[in-house]
Amino acid sequence: MAVQKLTIAKALNDSLRKALEEDPKVLIMGEDVGKLGGVFRITDGLQKDFGEERVIDTPLAESGIVGTAIGLALRGYRPVVEIQFDGFVFPAYDQIVTQLAKMHARSLGTIKMPVVIRIPYAGGIGAVEHHSESPETLFAHVPGLKVVSPSNASDAYWMLQQAILSDDPVIFFEPKRRYWDKGEVDVEAIPDALHGARVARTGTDITLAAYGPMVKVCLEAAAAAAEEGKSVEVVDLRSMSPIDFDTLQASVERTRRLVVVHEAPVFLGVGSEIAARITERCFYHLEAPVLRVGGYHAPYPPARLEDEYLPGLDRVLDAVDRSLAY
Amino acid sequence: MTVESTAARKPRRSSGTKRPAGAASAAKPAAATAKTHDAEPQLVQLLTPEGERREVADHPDIAEFAPYVADITTEDLRGLYRDMVMTRRFDGEATALQRQGELGLWASLLGQEAAQIGSGRALRDDDYVFPTYREHGVAWCRGVDPTNLLGMFRGVNHGGWDPTTNNFHLYTIVIGSQTLHATGYAMGVAKDGADSAVIAYFGDGASSQGDVAEAFTFSAVYNSPVVFFCQNNQWAISEPTERQMRVPLYQRAQGFGFPGVRVDGNDVLACLAVTRWALERARRGEGPTLVEAFTYRMGAHTTSDDPTKYRRDEETAAWEAKDPILRLKAHLLATGGADEAYFEQLEVESEALGKRVREVVRSMPDPDTMAIFENVYADGHALVDEERAQFAAYIASFEGGE
Ligand SMILES: Cc1ncc(C[n+]2csc(CCOP(=O)(O)OP(=O)(O)O)c2C)c(N)n1
Repeated sequence: MAVQKLTIAKALNDSLRKALEEDPKVLIMGEDVGKLGGVFRITDGLQKDFGEERVIDTPLAESGIVGTAIGLALRGYRPVVEIQFDGFVFPAYDQIVTQLAKMHARSLGTIKMPVVIRIPYAGGIGAVEHHSESPETLFAHVPGLKVVSPSNASDAYWMLQQAILSDDPVIFFEPKRRYWDKGEVDVEAIPDALHGARVARTGTDITLAAYGPMVKVCLEAAAAAAEEGKSVEVVDLRSMSPIDFDTLQASVERTRRLVVVHEAPVFLGVGSEIAARITERCFYHLEAPVLRVGGYHAPYPPARLEDEYLPGLDRVLDAVDRSLAY
Repeated sequence: MTVESTAARKPRRSSGTKRPAGAASAAKPAAATAKTHDAEPQLVQLLTPEGERREVADHPDIAEFAPYVADITTEDLRGLYRDMVMTRRFDGEATALQRQGELGLWASLLGQEAAQIGSGRALRDDDYVFPTYREHGVAWCRGVDPTNLLGMFRGVNHGGWDPTTNNFHLYTIVIGSQTLHATGYAMGVAKDGADSAVIAYFGDGASSQGDVAEAFTFSAVYNSPVVFFCQNNQWAISEPTERQMRVPLYQRAQGFGFPGVRVDGNDVLACLAVTRWALERARRGEGPTLVEAFTYRMGAHTTSDDPTKYRRDEETAAWEAKDPILRLKAHLLATGGADEAYFEQLEVESEALGKRVREVVRSMPDPDTMAIFENVYADGHALVDEERAQFAAYIASFEGGE
């Protein structure tokens, strides 16, 4: 059957399996990805079926993992790297930013870097420090990298395969608190383009733009707002680099209002870029300034405070009200 | 100097003649294992798993280290025993509290008590400790109230104690980072002309990190008074030590130009002796040492882990026979160092600790919401002030009612 109901975790697992089956050059690398199947079990069973040469338990060294993935890519492989948690990508940040991102440009386009870096990211699971961060801006800011995040099972399945097929390095942020959410996946569908935004819900009064874990919150906010007679459109950006401004612009031209929602700190975040661009593109359409809802300029707090820290329904609806009040 | 073949990396039962792993001087780093029928790299061991003291006369390999515990009295041995029992009780309580939903996560030290208590009791008050996230026994030795360790696992804070009170730094979760902090701190100690020492704890997995290699490099180049205390508990989550390195861990020091010693990590006395030896070297200005405490993580990596997916019961059972606490108990009983009444009284004491821990955790208050904005900067920051004010107004808007 082409349409299956899968959790995001299972969709990712199926997607990796398909990639391994289809291209012998695809490799999975990371800490605990083998027997354990990764701490979130995204690689569950893959080593058993594809062997230790394809699904590689690496030493506990992130710079090493990414640096060797670069070398493997130079040799014609397509490594899919797992970083165990968001906060642990930084030992590899040097390799990602100074090497991976620039190799294509430095080689005047002769070298391709088909490396995917999968990172379970963002909060909401009650974890200890370094396990709940949203560092996407730090990657989206780097020329040469592509940055995406699926929000549902179908995108998880398709976007990961598209990322693996891409000849550019892709930072693939997986919303870890949504791993167990189920959704329909049509494994024979023609997927949306990797970097295209998607209107997840249509509306006429205001647009909410989000990606990854916040899409669900925005859809819930839209449903709640509907009960109050407000018609909210939700755009799932899906990609933070590049950003599909055309889809967003079209939406804002219809609704004339925009609120961008993400977990990452608001200051200099993806929302800031969107606010600036949409203001340029839609200046004469806008009825209100573009508002942003997100994290604070503070370290991610201890678990018992994350409900206060993370944008929830109330904060999103509050921003909707503020925008509509202009 | 032969480096062992890879076949020799698996732990085997030790027996036969041994050369002292740690007998090397600073000038001549620890030799690779002498190749014998018994391929396990030798351990410095003072107390056998059966609880018998190994004597220098029969075991010349321990001659360098045994003097470092020559002063240990029966009373001291009882103290070490008590430390291990109390630590295990605390750890067990924390594991239970996690299962009851009182803690979000727990990283158990079960099986590693001797490595932590032995090394922790080797320290002087003015020494400085840089732990990872599992050093509950070392914290105990430093006088940190164990309940303070639970805040971060409950999710009410990221630390929970003032590191300068007990010279015990905050737990570090990013693997290996703290070895560099320890090295820098030790560089400072040396600059100050002080004779204290610094100890950095980390795991076998951590030794793969670039940071750890860089810490080795800096400490060697600057001859810093730091002891790298690696608890090789055989696993980094699901990955065995073989996934991190191809030579016995303690031998890594050799390439950086300082000595490495492998000690029986389930022998509290040997851990005490070897750590004292390494700290003394540091104090004398002889630079860093790598101590590999060969031990075992009896439990799961953390309460979120499922070790049945990757390790065998037989392996765990084999290590159970080397239990650090039973070993010292056997010794104390055999030598008349303690009687049943002592053990019973300790049982009562450890139960009281368990009870206190339970009560403190259950009544631990959630942090104030505004704590999100506290201590982001030492000097204050306009953006944080603005966001704090906006957040306060937002919260107040609910309190006023709609
Ligand atoms: C930089 C970094 N990468 C990954 C992790 C996730 N992680 C936490 S503990 C651990 C294994 C650590 O093994 P080891 O260093 O042997 O110490 P042990 O926990 O066994 O004491 C891993 C991979 C982390 N905390 N930091």
